[in-house]
Amino acid sequence: MSQSNTTTAQKTVKFEILRQDTADSNSYWEKFEIAYRPNMNVISALMEIQRNPVNAEGNKTTPVTWEMSCLEEVCGACSMVINGRPRQSCTALVDQLTQPIKLEPMATFPIVRDLVVDRNVMFDSLQRVKAWVPIDGTYSLGEGPRMPERKRQWAYELSKCMTCGVCLEACPNVNDKTDFVGPAILSQVRLFNTHPTGSMNKDERLHTLMSDGGIAECGNSQNCVVACPKGIPLTTSIAAVNRAVTVQMFKDFFGSDHMVD
Amino acid sequence: MTKETDFFARRLHSLLGIIPVGLFLVQHLVINHFATRGAESFNAASNFMGNLPFVLFLEWFVIYIPLMFHAFYGVYIAFTAKNNVQRYGTFRNWMFMLQRITGVILVVFIAWHIYQTRIQKALGVEVNYDMMADILASPFMLVFYIVGVLAATFHLSNGLWGFLTTWGFTQSPRSQKIVSYLTIIIFIVLSVIGLQAIFAFV
Repeated sequence: MSQSNTTTAQKTVKFEILRQDTADSNSYWEKFEIAYRPNMNVISALMEIQRNPVNAEGNKTTPVTWEMSCLEEVCGACSMVINGRPRQSCTALVDQLTQPIKLEPMATFPIVRDLVVDRNVMFDSLQRVKAWVPIDGTYSLGEGPRMPERKRQWAYELSKCMTCGVCLEACPNVNDKTDFVGPAILSQVRLFNTHPTGSMNKDERLHTLMSDGGIAECGNSQNCVVACPKGIPLTTSIAAVNRAVTVQMFKDFFGSDHMVD
Repeated sequence: MTKETDFFARRLHSLLGIIPVGLFLVQHLVINHFATRGAESFNAASNFMGNLPFVLFLEWFVIYIPLMFHAFYGVYIAFTAKNNVQRYGTFRNWMFMLQRITGVILVVFIAWHIYQTRIQKALGVEVNYDMMADILASPFMLVFYIVGVLAATFHLSNGLWGFLTTWGFTQSPRSQKIVSYLTIIIFIVLSVIGLQAIFAFV
């Protein structure tokens, strides 16, 4: 700290953190006040609290737990609700936030402890919709069909999804009263149904989305597209999958030779 | 994972809101508008509608059954949402919440409206201009009917936007925006027609 200039060394940053000791216990707010350093983000502040777990009243407390991995907004692990908005804490710069900075877990998911949530429901949903391109077999199938370059370009945008859960937290229809899989999963179905090899199983993915908790649960509040940190056109994906399941519904009812084209 | 009831129920709910319930609302408001031409015009139109051939069949299959499904399933949908306009104050999020609020208002309003008119007719009271003029003479009822009509025109206009998105007609942000403007115009036009009819009874 000797290198930092004297004016900033005096400054502090105020935090209010919604804490919860175990998955079942009640939550409570705890205030922290830590020394300001230039270019702090929420994670470096949490690390500071971890090093010296003393709250704003000067009492020793347990260190705040949170998750993080890449620190460059591509993994999604450090997502939490910061000043009322779900986002990644690694790109939440203290200089750009109004104080006290309020940190809460994304409560649409089961809370493990403090700011740590269990996002497994999303990964289970990705398995349910088969969000991959199946190429395994007993012999080499050779090259797949080529993907047009312009299609690849917009599909790449959809592939930026990091399963962070921010869109589920923002969605009014993802809650404990519904089993909606959430916007991210709908967009992944569009991504893998767009892929020339992935589309060979597109009816299977659509059928999963036509079952309970699928696309019908979407109420078009369009919060997801506002909330998405990667700017993924989620509502366009949802509308595209809506059209696809409409067509699929008629194919299923009347019968069709065009289930995957 | 094999249950598809939710999907079909939601799609049916979306379709019934436009056909026939939405179409019936437009027709109802247009017929009401005869009141602006005086009591005789309104009574003639009302008698024509009330004495259509197969009127009971039409009432049950074009109005009551689709309306009841739309209303009761809609209440379920409305109460499964966890609104968050404080967090996201966007236009669409407000429309999402208002669609649910107006829906619940309409269940109450329509139930009362049917009791005051259709059920009274079944009990032998004549439905005509004077009946509506009596009802709307009460300031409370006047406000209740204005709220009811505005809720209905809003719910249909915004529901049309939702229908077009839910069935996949409008995909791109631009197409959805154009339809947003279109539904605002529809809301204004239907509201003017509906309110003019109400004030013709006052």
